[in-house]
Amino acid sequence: MSGDHASAAIAGQVRHVETLLERRGLLADGEIDRRIDEFLAGGSPANGARIAARAWVDPAFRERLLADANGAIGEVGLSMSGGIQEQRLKVVANSDTEHHVVVCTLCSCYPIALLGPSPTWYKSEAYRSRVVRDPRAVLAEFGLQLPPDTRIAVWDASAESRYMVIPRRPAGTAGLSEVELAGLVTRNGLIGTAAV
Amino acid sequence: MADRFGPGDPVRTRTLDPAGHTRLPRYARGAVGEVVESAGRHPLADDRARGRSTPPQAVYHVRFAAAELFGTGDHSVTVELWEDYLEAAAGRDPVQDGSDHER
Repeated sequence: MSGDHASAAIAGQVRHVETLLERRGLLADGEIDRRIDEFLAGGSPANGARIAARAWVDPAFRERLLADANGAIGEVGLSMSGGIQEQRLKVVANSDTEHHVVVCTLCSCYPIALLGPSPTWYKSEAYRSRVVRDPRAVLAEFGLQLPPDTRIAVWDASAESRYMVIPRRPAGTAGLSEVELAGLVTRNGLIGTAAV
Repeated sequence: MADRFGPGDPVRTRTLDPAGHTRLPRYARGAVGEVVESAGRHPLADDRARGRSTPPQAVYHVRFAAAELFGTGDHSVTVELWEDYLEAAAGRDPVQDGSDHER
């Protein structure tokens, strides 16, 4: 299992290859950074929050979202095609009987377009190795105490899909607008390590 | 080529321990789970990492009981796995266990 790469041999190799590509004119100076910036631009938890709020107020949208997330998020002007190719999105929804939480045990796969860059803990070996084995304890460490009879479903982003969780809508929010509801949704809520 | 597995199919992950890159997590090797749904078709990551051209193949969300993976726990873990990582596992007999395979 990989950890922090900053001083790893692979990081040195990548820098070396980048230098060679630039020297031979195959890559413009700073092009990789620019491409990464473009990919990250617009990526924010506010996007995921908008999706969650829409799912709360519009049951038909929620159904479409759970069945075909890539199609449904187009309805709120979002897409998963900001990278080299469109990534498949899988959205799951928490209920009063089931709680979902997302991890990438093999590296750090994450829906950047919808959540922005991932938090450091999401990439840590501790989170990645422990949440699949003992999610209830890990969630408790995040401050999320689930009732003992709530089933926990962990999703390992081990291949090409990216995942997002729709948290449960908080009680007492019947009078709020969709925009106000979106303001309640947190990044951790969309990963599944917090309630909203 | 049609997908080999569909929702509800019991599958067993292989116990391969390849020398190079793979995206079959070690904790999920040799375990029996159930296909939840298709996750599209993608070239096998193991081949791509080795620079081999490889046609897209079916990928599935496969759900495992934690106890099957770790010997303990009451949660489930759903792992996304390429078809090459999977073989058919013996299914429960729907008549014998009386369930209607609610899937």
